[in-house]
Amino acid sequence: MGKRIGLEVSLSAAEAVKMADVDCIAAYPITPQTHIVEHLSELVNDGELDAEFIPVESEHSAMSVCTGVAAVGARAFTCTSSQGLALMNEIVHIAASMRLPMVMILANRSMSGPISIWNDHTDVMSIRDCGWIQVFANNGQEVFDHVLFGYRVGESQKVMLPVMIHIDGFILTHVIEPVEFWETQQVERYLPAFKPIHALHPDRPVTMGAFGMPSMFSEVKVAQDEALIQSKSEIMAAWNELGDLVGRYYRPIETYRSEDAETLFITQGSFGETVSLVVDALRDEGKRVGLLMDRLWRPFPLDEFRQAVGNARNLIVIDRAISYGGQGGPLAMDLRSALYKERNQPNITNFICGLASRDVTIDDFKNMFNRSMEKIEGNPREEDFEYYGVRGK
Amino acid sequence: MLEIRLHGRGGQGAVTSAELLALAAISEGKYGQAFPSFGPERRGAPVIAFCRIDDRQIKIRSYVNKPDIVLVLDPSILRIANVAEGLKEDGILVTNTKHKADEIRRELNLNYKLAVVNANRIAREELGLPITNTTMLGALLKANAIVKPDSLIGPIRDRFGRIAERNIKAFRRALAETELAF
Repeated sequence: MGKRIGLEVSLSAAEAVKMADVDCIAAYPITPQTHIVEHLSELVNDGELDAEFIPVESEHSAMSVCTGVAAVGARAFTCTSSQGLALMNEIVHIAASMRLPMVMILANRSMSGPISIWNDHTDVMSIRDCGWIQVFANNGQEVFDHVLFGYRVGESQKVMLPVMIHIDGFILTHVIEPVEFWETQQVERYLPAFKPIHALHPDRPVTMGAFGMPSMFSEVKVAQDEALIQSKSEIMAAWNELGDLVGRYYRPIETYRSEDAETLFITQGSFGETVSLVVDALRDEGKRVGLLMDRLWRPFPLDEFRQAVGNARNLIVIDRAISYGGQGGPLAMDLRSALYKERNQPNITNFICGLASRDVTIDDFKNMFNRSMEKIEGNPREEDFEYYGVRGK
Repeated sequence: MLEIRLHGRGGQGAVTSAELLALAAISEGKYGQAFPSFGPERRGAPVIAFCRIDDRQIKIRSYVNKPDIVLVLDPSILRIANVAEGLKEDGILVTNTKHKADEIRRELNLNYKLAVVNANRIAREELGLPITNTTMLGALLKANAIVKPDSLIGPIRDRFGRIAERNIKAFRRALAETELAF
């Protein structure tokens, strides 16, 4: 077992990147991602990590550098937040379509405006359809583990895709908590050297990022989608092996006291751990409540989700992002369509809360439970989603 | 689980106090969680930080709204903020002040257990600056032995380097000089 260390989550994330022995870090500082990059620049400067640290002039360049690094068959890391992600957006799509593995931590932050440095998932949802493998981490340990997982899965020749790790800005990035580090030998066993199928090299010219004529474009894009969908078997294998190695087993949909539950909360990110305490409290009151935490966001774990819902009669979906003009929060919309035409379709209520880090307490989640029970008597429809804790609503 | 809310001013080290305490607890094999109330940091502006300590994994991620202990690093905060907000009935207010506990109790009309120390004076004498983060940790441990005093020495050394010894002295002095009015 590795050493248990108290550390800010951003710093332990950077330490995991070091353990992954990356070749290049290219990043531009933006709150609340900054501490991750700062610590990596220190590690490179101090000679603890033998990597190129490229202090680019923008996030667009950060992702461009990482794309180039991956294209030559080297290991790249970057991280960003909200407006930084928006600025790199163009190349984020390119990295996936070129099938170039790398790991990016997205320290989740509101999309401005008004200007907000605080946490929510509006940046996550802005990039949902970019073709990357995307996972949510709920605590510092999960961030650490998933950095190594990200390279392991992404670089698999059966996958060859970039991996994005979502962590709640401030709520996770700036918290000090214990993290169990991996032993060096464990990392060596888990994460082999990156061997790309194709790599740019002056002696062996290849074309990457070529023009796609309409006669080919659809086939290429469908192949890309299939690659993402099929990556799930490698994702499962990598999680299982991680569990065997360090004793923490991860699943696409994490469940908590859900088996006999009548009502299930469904969360993404750091809300999950708080809601697990709400579940305990409601169980103590005799209510059959459970929790599903979505870990794998893309490829969407359709089968696992349907299975985890099982015979539950009510779902309370907690979204931390707005889909302007949409039919509820982005997570709720995905889950509703996943259950469409299921024989015993559960009632679904949806709450959007915690925007820009607004505190959501155990009592708040209990209120959402009670509100849901009231709504369900009136047959809730998808347009009935509710902004929780917003003045004037 | 023990929940602590810390009040200070930007630059005084309320966030550092919370962090050091969590690190001390983690070094004892416990679970510790420390985080700031998130915002753009400005020197001198009132800031809040939080710390939780437990024997089991800490899952709650919301702010500490019903603290067991409130730690006030700057005397002026007592008069501009309701520092005791949400403090549990049997909770403890630990504050930096030049006044006696009875005077503070009368002035602020508080029924809580109080622990007071003139941390500004100790910090000035030991560090040459009224930065009270390590001093107030001494007062905190006098009020409630959350962790062993020695468990803080390692985190203080790691954080403060060459000025660590002076901080340790300030910490130990507060541990001895804090007045309890329980």
